[in-house]
Amino acid sequence: MLAGNTFYDPANFISIATATGTGSSNTITFSGIPSTYKHLQIRFRVKDTENLGVRNTNILGLYFNGSTTAGTYGKHRIYGDGTSALADGSSTSQMSFSQTIICSLPDEDQIFTVGIIDIVDYASTTKNKTAKMIIGTDANFASTQYKIQLASGVWVNTDAVTSITLNISGGGNFTNTSSVALYGIKGA
Amino acid sequence: MPATYEPIATTTLSSSATSYTFSSIPSTYTDLVLVVAGTFTNTNSGGNLRLNGDTGTNYSTTALRGTGTTVYATRSINRSFIAGNEDGSSSGPWIFIWNINNYANASTYKTVLVRASDAGAYVSETAGLWRSTSAINSITFITFDPGISSGTTLTLYGIKAA
Repeated sequence: MLAGNTFYDPANFISIATATGTGSSNTITFSGIPSTYKHLQIRFRVKDTENLGVRNTNILGLYFNGSTTAGTYGKHRIYGDGTSALADGSSTSQMSFSQTIICSLPDEDQIFTVGIIDIVDYASTTKNKTAKMIIGTDANFASTQYKIQLASGVWVNTDAVTSITLNISGGGNFTNTSSVALYGIKGA
Repeated sequence: MPATYEPIATTTLSSSATSYTFSSIPSTYTDLVLVVAGTFTNTNSGGNLRLNGDTGTNYSTTALRGTGTTVYATRSINRSFIAGNEDGSSSGPWIFIWNINNYANASTYKTVLVRASDAGAYVSETAGLWRSTSAINSITFITFDPGISSGTTLTLYGIKAA
């Protein structure tokens, strides 16, 4: 889209479902995802119920089809924590973003961790599944726990993705104000 | 099947300007996406966002930026705008894509993710916060030194969740 061109009309971007936290579970799951789209996009704003009086280090993760088999997920990311630009990678039992989730400290009360995840060719039964993510948290406060990150992830499995779970590792649950929306993008 | 991702408004600047405002934004969507594609009239310009015309120091950012030779991270607090590319280093051409999450919510602060891309100078990704619980009904793309060039296109989209 360049200056002077007409706007892009993304008519093939379809809302599939929205899920909210309950305050008593550390997971939010979409199941029964239809295979009729080419790609998926998740747009979320989430928050952790935990309030231990300090900024927590609980992190967000994602896994597919209920599978948390060790070593089947990998991710690489670059991120900025307000003072340093950093990069890392890992092989784990889920697509861990290593992104600290906003907790429920009083001075974080109105703030959420937000992100956009694109899952490519999710219905394929011949390819491993890849995803890219943008996740950010800012709280008008100088803490390296508030980050902006770009990440890529892989699930080394050729099964079609039929369910997606976001989870919190380390403690706490998704607040009932947390919201996650799943969209499908049609191919030609 | 109802459309989920809809254009709300679009404009192409017919002359240079220091800002452009989308006002009276309907509250019927879940998220907003603002795409700005164009050039600045000066290499020192930067692209910024203000919400609901708020000029108070109620904004902050956490950013990751690459210039072609250097990658670095920055944080700015208590500012009067969300800086999309932190410091202007090129007149462009560039694209800013602003994702404004849960904009119509009237009980929480608003977080914005913005990608600023200028293939000749830099790329950056920023998380911005506006410390206000007001629903967003206007968005201003603004620069300060000295303007946004004629021909720059600004398009606002709404995304509606099920």
